[in-house]
Amino acid sequence: MLTRIFDRPTRIFFLCALFFSAAVIIGACFPPDGLWHVSPYTVSLLGKYLCYAILALSIDLVWGYLGILSLGHGAFFALGGYAFGMYLMRHIGTQGVYASAELPDFMVFLNWKELPWYWQGSDMFVFACLLAVLVPGLLAFIFGWTAFRSRVSGVYFSIISQAMTYALMLAFYLNELGFGGNNGLTDFKTLLGFEIHSPTMTVALFALSSLALLLTYFLCRLLASSRLGLVCIAVRDNEERIRFTGYRVEHIKLAVFTLSAMLAGIAGALYVPQVGIINPSVFSPLFSVEMVICVALGGRGLLYGAVLGAFVINFAKSWLTTALPDSWLFALGAIFVLVTVLLPQGIAALFPRAWTLLRPLGNRMKYGNKNA
Amino acid sequence: MEIKTPETMAPALPWIPKLQRRRNYILFIEDITVSFDGFKALDNLTLYISEGELRCLIGPNGAGKTTMMDVITGHTRPDSGEVWFTEKINLLDKDEVAVAQAGICRKFQKPSVFEHLSVYHNLELALKGRKTVRDTFMARLSSEDSGFLDATLALIGLKERARLLAGSLSHGQKQWLEIGMLLAQKPLILLLDEPVAGMTPQEIERTAQLLLTLEGGHTIILVEHDMAFVRSLARKVTVLHQGSVLAEGSMDEISRNPEVITAYLGGDLC
Repeated sequence: MLTRIFDRPTRIFFLCALFFSAAVIIGACFPPDGLWHVSPYTVSLLGKYLCYAILALSIDLVWGYLGILSLGHGAFFALGGYAFGMYLMRHIGTQGVYASAELPDFMVFLNWKELPWYWQGSDMFVFACLLAVLVPGLLAFIFGWTAFRSRVSGVYFSIISQAMTYALMLAFYLNELGFGGNNGLTDFKTLLGFEIHSPTMTVALFALSSLALLLTYFLCRLLASSRLGLVCIAVRDNEERIRFTGYRVEHIKLAVFTLSAMLAGIAGALYVPQVGIINPSVFSPLFSVEMVICVALGGRGLLYGAVLGAFVINFAKSWLTTALPDSWLFALGAIFVLVTVLLPQGIAALFPRAWTLLRPLGNRMKYGNKNA
Repeated sequence: MEIKTPETMAPALPWIPKLQRRRNYILFIEDITVSFDGFKALDNLTLYISEGELRCLIGPNGAGKTTMMDVITGHTRPDSGEVWFTEKINLLDKDEVAVAQAGICRKFQKPSVFEHLSVYHNLELALKGRKTVRDTFMARLSSEDSGFLDATLALIGLKERARLLAGSLSHGQKQWLEIGMLLAQKPLILLLDEPVAGMTPQEIERTAQLLLTLEGGHTIILVEHDMAFVRSLARKVTVLHQGSVLAEGSMDEISRNPEVITAYLGGDLC
């Protein structure tokens, strides 16, 4: 069973991920002027990439395995982020601009007298964590139930998922909704009583994100290597046929889609404390599409492809938006076109090819040039 | 208070088929009519299939063979009529999934195997069992199951290719794999839609042998265009024409029947 989950790519992925995380964490402990030092800025940037990688994994689970292209997965990510952001807002307390112990700043600004009902309990850490998973899960369940039951699939599903996240974005822009409107939730001070922007906290959040990525990956592998994983691929390849084999396609889609949304929610919850802000722009379809491009670039249905794509795209984004701020969207579009035309299987498809090219070379080095 | 007479207490009575002389029938199709925009694909079709029978259905294009399969498997709802699996299970109440779980499995005209899965995995996911999300996630192959799958692989002649992707199989092998997938579901009735279409003569011969091995253990309904193949099976043949049964009997009787000859324009039957 364990050997089935940890096949060779998974083992390589886990080794690389552990090595990478350890290197960053150790690097952050070095003195600031040392050669191997990793600055807190870099640590939190990499931590952010890890959150994107979890989101990309959750997209790969529904797109790569089930063939459902969701262009609204950012909504689940954002909801998880908002749920955890509420917790952080409640703990700003008297350190806020208006120094209100009860109400977040934006509510004081709006002249609200008391917390809305849906903010109740959000000051409890465990409850906020639960909300960050359950709210995206619930939305995905309702959305998926209505869509899959009426056998909405293909581009129609993609379009309505995009409409969903767009509608949520418009809603979250409203001040009256009680989530800070345009500015969203920001200006966090503490997490579990510790200063949120301290270098130690940054490293801790990075380590937590690494752990979350590994656990998410493990969970996805667990699913993909089970018989349910086979059925998912079968649904992707021929949805009609699998019905005649006796599987309820709707139930399978609903379960995996809901699970995927919950994973996206976890990613969002980890993202918010590291970035320090969550606002409605995360609901924008552009963000979701960007994440889908990550998966397409990395390679669908492989899991490690999604992680790789998330790192490549977001690294390129961080670099380009500082070097040539206006060119990012053009570059993103170009990447998407080039990947579709030249590398329809994604970067990950190059690995087996590189392996077959390199193996004879390795053998020759090992055994001499006898067979050449 | 309402007095409970036997009538009100009785559950929905088992359905009673029209025919008088009952044999060990397993599938009852009575007076089925299906129309698409006024065109009657099936017109009062009545057909009874007995248990363990290998029944061949032939008929010119548009005779309603595939529509009949769609009705049995819950894919198409008929305008009127009854379809019962034994006298107890009303198939018209069920959708594709429920029909498949009841034990009626269908092979499609175009080979529909899951090309990105290995041959063995194709059979594994077809395997009979509880197929809810949870059970599928927890499913492990018992030694009994894997023995059964190995036997199925041997039966369809794909033992050496078990680990290959189904997409890499030849056309004929895909057809056999799909028959194997039906067998893995341990079905009571097999519906085969043109299983030998596009096969080489040798492959056709092997398929005929395969079907004859299955006869008796399974009820098989075979829709076929290839007359030589149907003749080689030498079983009871039903001719469909314009949505209803035109003739029924042995292949020899059928090919002498003047109505049948006219329906086929005196063509390929002889």
